[in-house]
Amino acid sequence: MATATETGRQETAALASPAPAIELRGISKAFGPVQANKDISIRVEKGTVHGIIGENGAGKSTLMSILYGFYKADAGEIFIGGKETLIPDSQAAISAGIGMVFQHFKLVENFTVLENVVLGAEEGFRLTPSLRKARKLLTELAAEYELNVDPDALIEDLSVGHRQRVEILKALYRKADILILDEPTGVLTPAEADHLFRILEGLRDAGKTIILITHKLREIMDITDTVSVMRRGEMTATVKTSETSPEHLAELMVGRKVLLRVDKKPAQLGKEILKVENLRVVDEQGVERLKGIGFNIRAGEILGIAGVSGNGQSELLEVLGGYAEATGKVSLHGEELDLSGAESDAQSRRLKGIAHVPEDRHEEGLILNFHAWENMVFGYQNDPKYNKNKILMDNKAIWDETQAKMDRFDVRPPNPRLNAANFSGGNQQKIVLAREIERNPELLLIGQPTRGVDIGAIEFIHQQIVELRDQGKAILLVSVELEEVLSLADRIVVMFDGQIMGERLSSETDERELGMLMAGMKQGADA
Amino acid sequence: MKKMPRWADVALIPILNLLIAFIISGLVLLAIGKDPWAALGTMIDGSFGSSRGVGYTLYYTTNFIFTGLAMGIASHARMFNIGGEGQAALGGLGVALILLAVPWPHWTLALPAAILFGGLFGAAWAFIPAYLQAKRGSHIVITTIMFNFIAASLMGYLLTGVLKVPGKMAAETAKFPEGAHLPTFHEMLAPFGIEFSKHAPANLSFLVALLCLYVFWILVWRTRLGYNIRAFGESESAAVYAGINPAKIIIITMLISGAFAGLMAINNVMGEAERLIHNAVEGAGFIGIAVALMGRNHPIGIFLAALLFGFLWQGGAELQFEHQIPREMVTVIQALVILLTGALDNMVRRPVEKLFIMRYKAKGL
Repeated sequence: MATATETGRQETAALASPAPAIELRGISKAFGPVQANKDISIRVEKGTVHGIIGENGAGKSTLMSILYGFYKADAGEIFIGGKETLIPDSQAAISAGIGMVFQHFKLVENFTVLENVVLGAEEGFRLTPSLRKARKLLTELAAEYELNVDPDALIEDLSVGHRQRVEILKALYRKADILILDEPTGVLTPAEADHLFRILEGLRDAGKTIILITHKLREIMDITDTVSVMRRGEMTATVKTSETSPEHLAELMVGRKVLLRVDKKPAQLGKEILKVENLRVVDEQGVERLKGIGFNIRAGEILGIAGVSGNGQSELLEVLGGYAEATGKVSLHGEELDLSGAESDAQSRRLKGIAHVPEDRHEEGLILNFHAWENMVFGYQNDPKYNKNKILMDNKAIWDETQAKMDRFDVRPPNPRLNAANFSGGNQQKIVLAREIERNPELLLIGQPTRGVDIGAIEFIHQQIVELRDQGKAILLVSVELEEVLSLADRIVVMFDGQIMGERLSSETDERELGMLMAGMKQGADA
Repeated sequence: MKKMPRWADVALIPILNLLIAFIISGLVLLAIGKDPWAALGTMIDGSFGSSRGVGYTLYYTTNFIFTGLAMGIASHARMFNIGGEGQAALGGLGVALILLAVPWPHWTLALPAAILFGGLFGAAWAFIPAYLQAKRGSHIVITTIMFNFIAASLMGYLLTGVLKVPGKMAAETAKFPEGAHLPTFHEMLAPFGIEFSKHAPANLSFLVALLCLYVFWILVWRTRLGYNIRAFGESESAAVYAGINPAKIIIITMLISGAFAGLMAINNVMGEAERLIHNAVEGAGFIGIAVALMGRNHPIGIFLAALLFGFLWQGGAELQFEHQIPREMVTVIQALVILLTGALDNMVRRPVEKLFIMRYKAKGL
């Protein structure tokens, strides 16, 4: 080991003049039979924004977890600032100057910003000196990088964008020189994302190194200096951002040419299928989640709901799906649906021809420990064709149907006995889609159709949705991916804080205008 | 991700756990100056070496099958029914009441009635905690534990009061009518020319228990109700999405669970004691928890685990008798098995998983 270190040092010293901020050499990591990282080598230069892009399951997160000491690599070396460094745990990563901003924030909700920043890095027995020091630093950073957050605000009162800033501040307080951000814009409005990018640019210009993990090509093009592409655990390319294009990157990610735009004919609108009027939802805490919204969907139309997640879209899907109570009026084919939950549930909605692909397939759409064939009738288990009699299910019939559906939707591997958990994200989503679309519903509710789905499967899923539309069905599409809503929907409704901020034809709007509406700025968008 | 083959999960791990438990037990025996091999010999001989021993072992096994099934069905809905003890006690009350109320002419008539009443009383005792969980959110673990105490007090009250035979000292009911006598193994096997000990308590209920194992399997993996129960147990949010009513599933599952526990009474109350005595359940309700855990909530596993605990109970009794090993020490050995196979399952599981993963790697999978 010692000799390896020595040679490593000499080599690094002999190479390019300033040592790279991070260099990984031959990193491999396997989880059981799955090779998550295969012989990965990468150089991240000091003072740059380095993007790492790849489909879900390509191994980006594993690689970063190794760098942050969550996993131990099976093989390979890590060099920080030209020096070989062992990172057995996150404490070692922090002392090596690495800071990480996770996709899901790790903040104590009922602590103040200041307390969160100091937490785990307190100096001495008394808290006050640390807090004082942190307050001073926060003021400086706020002025320097637009990193302004009220130090005394409770986390639970902050918006998502502000919470993310607290995470960045936490890393900077721990003297991080290298900042890793894992899918940082997933929960942000376009305006907040722009703000984040300005912060990152400021940090880069101050000499910090930033690693940005994302699957969004646009972000890579916008902010990174260099980009590395991962596919199936391997690093397939590292290129200068200025010398590449989104199409090229997509091809590198998937390994073949990809259609980034959805290919679809103009909508052939039929009669009105769904009408929603003055829909209100109050949650258990008494907070109004939907504040009297209304819209309609016609046959042969995809209505897209755009918005940052958590602005009432989930509640809308739950109400229409039949498992949340609401007031107001919802009619399907002119027939009013019960919203009180007294005479209806998710079962009765399905009987009326409303199919639902839920936003979260792990929590709702699938039972991960059930076999694929058991999942293929989930929600429709009461259908007589899946039952021999009132008590016994007809497993043979379910099995046969599952095989047919797996073939039609190209689910891989086409093995009905495999647990849902053992399929990739894209194939899990195909199982849910196969189940719901093949019911031939009048109205399809579909939430985040391509979240955590690889690019190859995205194309297929979009095609299926458009095909259903062309058969004259009504589709309600909820997605936080603005691009997806824009390319898939015929008409777009933007939700913000439980209200509808505006309605646009997708052919007559753009990301900027929708972004303003998503941030709750009506005037800006109308102007 | 594949961690290890199924056979390792269902067989290797329990066997390893058991081995460790036996090794520690052996050390305990050495420490008190007894020969562990001789003790093991006595336990095996005492529980399987004679038809009397087998009869006792299978009698205990029958009890544990019923309470294991009770725990198992609740586990499929991810509910921890600690109340098997109380539900089995109440099942005993149901069986005693119906058997004392009618002058039964023959067991073929008495048994169905006892099954019905035992099941009903057990289910009824589980209903209140189930209702409180489903509609009021009171935690089922807490309420079922409480209900064990209430059941014990209630039984004590009834057996020293209204149900006691006037003029007798013992806290027990009158003996059931002759017609309610269940055939013992001795009587069942005699027509086939098999000489089975007259003194063993094993009786026809063992066959009912086997039947219940089969019913359990059908219920969980072949019926729509079982599908809904398992779906709810795996993910409540998904169950709600699919239109499965959580409150309904909680209550129905607990009723079935209580009924299985209550059915135990046809073995210990109707089959063995032929009267209702105080503390008739003798902790079998709690053993059911370990049985279901070790048996992975599967009927075959539950049967094997119940058999193991039957062996431990019968063998343990022999140990006391033959080697003058104090009762407390026998309890220690039984507790070690429960601890290792139940509570400390992960201690062995993790290293074994690692070994298998290393083997996969070596094979280049």
